[in-house]
Amino acid sequence: MLQVADVSFGYGPSGQERPARAPFTLRDVTVDVPRGSLTGLLGPNGCGKTTLLKVMSGVLEPSRGRVTLEGEPLHAIPRRRRARRIAVVPQETHPAFDYTVMEMVLMGRHPHLGAFAIEGPADLAVSRDALAATGTAHLAQRRYMTLSGGEKQRVVIAAALAQAADLLLLDEPTASLDLGYQLETAGLLAELNSKRGVTMVLATHDLNLAGLLCSQLVLLRAGRVLGQGATRDVLTTAMVRQVYDVEADVSYHPGAGHLTVVPLRRSGHTDVHR
Amino acid sequence: MTIRRRLLLTCAASGSLLALTCLVAPLVGSTQISLLRALDRSIPFADNVDAQIFFIARMPRVAAGVVVGAALASAGVVLQALFRNPLATAETLGISAGAALGAILAITAESWISLGPFSPVAIASLVGALLAIAVVYLLASAPRRPLSTAVLLLAGVTLNAFISAIILFVQYLADFTQSYRAIRWLIGDLDVGTFAPVLGALPLVVVAFVMFSLLPSSLNLLSVGGDLAATRGVNVVNVQRLAFFSAGLATSAAVSLAGPVAFVGIVVPHLVRLVVGVDHRVVLPVAALFGASFLVGCDLIARTAMAPVELPVGIVTAMIGGPFFLWLLVRRG
Repeated sequence: MLQVADVSFGYGPSGQERPARAPFTLRDVTVDVPRGSLTGLLGPNGCGKTTLLKVMSGVLEPSRGRVTLEGEPLHAIPRRRRARRIAVVPQETHPAFDYTVMEMVLMGRHPHLGAFAIEGPADLAVSRDALAATGTAHLAQRRYMTLSGGEKQRVVIAAALAQAADLLLLDEPTASLDLGYQLETAGLLAELNSKRGVTMVLATHDLNLAGLLCSQLVLLRAGRVLGQGATRDVLTTAMVRQVYDVEADVSYHPGAGHLTVVPLRRSGHTDVHR
Repeated sequence: MTIRRRLLLTCAASGSLLALTCLVAPLVGSTQISLLRALDRSIPFADNVDAQIFFIARMPRVAAGVVVGAALASAGVVLQALFRNPLATAETLGISAGAALGAILAITAESWISLGPFSPVAIASLVGALLAIAVVYLLASAPRRPLSTAVLLLAGVTLNAFISAIILFVQYLADFTQSYRAIRWLIGDLDVGTFAPVLGALPLVVVAFVMFSLLPSSLNLLSVGGDLAATRGVNVVNVQRLAFFSAGLATSAAVSLAGPVAFVGIVVPHLVRLVVGVDHRVVLPVAALFGASFLVGCDLIARTAMAPVELPVGIVTAMIGGPFFLWLLVRRG
């Protein structure tokens, strides 16, 4: 569905044009996101996960290489049409004004409206449906800023659903959530993927979440792809060592029903328990 | 309530308030007049003192209040959304300071350059404001990239302080009369005398409002997050430029007409948001309408509070705006 081919990208100072000798944040990255898949982007801090998501969403234009959506170059697709295909859930969303939950979700309808058009009954119906699907229908009239972290994340996912895109890009969707909300959000994403057929790419630090949710993984380090493939093939002790410099126990957990990762110590360093 | 109903209801309410304010304001003043008599067509205009006071003495001032109030309030709404900062105004951006420097140079140099309805001071302040906009914009922009709003804000604040220092310097060199005129201009006053200057500033304000009309839903998305807005089909670079220049143009026109009337750009948007919520498709038109009635109302107070002395309206708006601003800060904290 979405192909990233030989993409390199570099930021200049303060995020401007990349000067000649500045280092690339992404180097020769090639990723294929098949329709219906749930792809995890893994890698240490600063490896380029968020940058890759921004390249995939079209917010950033690659310095080299190309990104295509079903064969069409991403940057040749007009903004609104692109937004009807790809929706993004950022790591954190801080609106400058005190919007209600319903207003936040209705903003997801923006690419479906004409320049001066106002949401109609159909848009309201789609938004209510998105709220129901994320279990936040009862919050519709609440102020977004008064919600808990978990509720906020669900509302932002609802807004992305209201956008009715078939590809959802999520940047660490569970990063600031407690254990309960992490499980709930993971369940929600799995359901949206299986029931609604939404293709997803999610960047995460949570290897267990990746083991639970993702059908395929892309492992990044220092802007390069170290490995990619089906989760069961890629999520291994050797790969965790190579990507994070961490010795870990990777095993199938029968109770959880997926691969789990227990970090043991920094490889090549002293044992963390000593 | 759907957005369409909310928009109709709030615009109807603030529009009626404006109509009422504009009708009542010219009736009140040091001389009592009757609306019926002022509108009585059977008395020849030359003999109808009430009509002369209503239309010639007081109406231009009301018209100036409407144009300036609407322009400053909506520019405030747009800038606050652009900077994702509820405390941003045209004053923080150095636009008012640029206008002030222009005006004060014209006053002290005793400029004689006038153009149609624009007085020498109005022209100089317009040029000063537009120059300030250009400087701030050039500092914060790079081709094809989103504006750096942080740089824009810092550049504006710094320019504001720098220009204020130059103004003091120019004032120091000015003679007593010039200094007095400069101070009076800096307070902000709607005493425009005739309709001509209002009609001169009007086209600029109209152009700014046409640009504003393209913005509201994009401003909603922009105020939630720039990258997020981009992924929802907003052309962030264009919207930022349009917002900055339209707000700058409206402010320049308003300030060249009435001087830097303080606090309208911050008080009105916040009051409006408290009543109608934060959706810019409602806030922007309502702020324009309410900003107009607010300034006409403040001018009414300015004309009557110490009658027969007529205060400049800038004193009244600052007296209301200063405490209100502090209250907002405390409430936010």
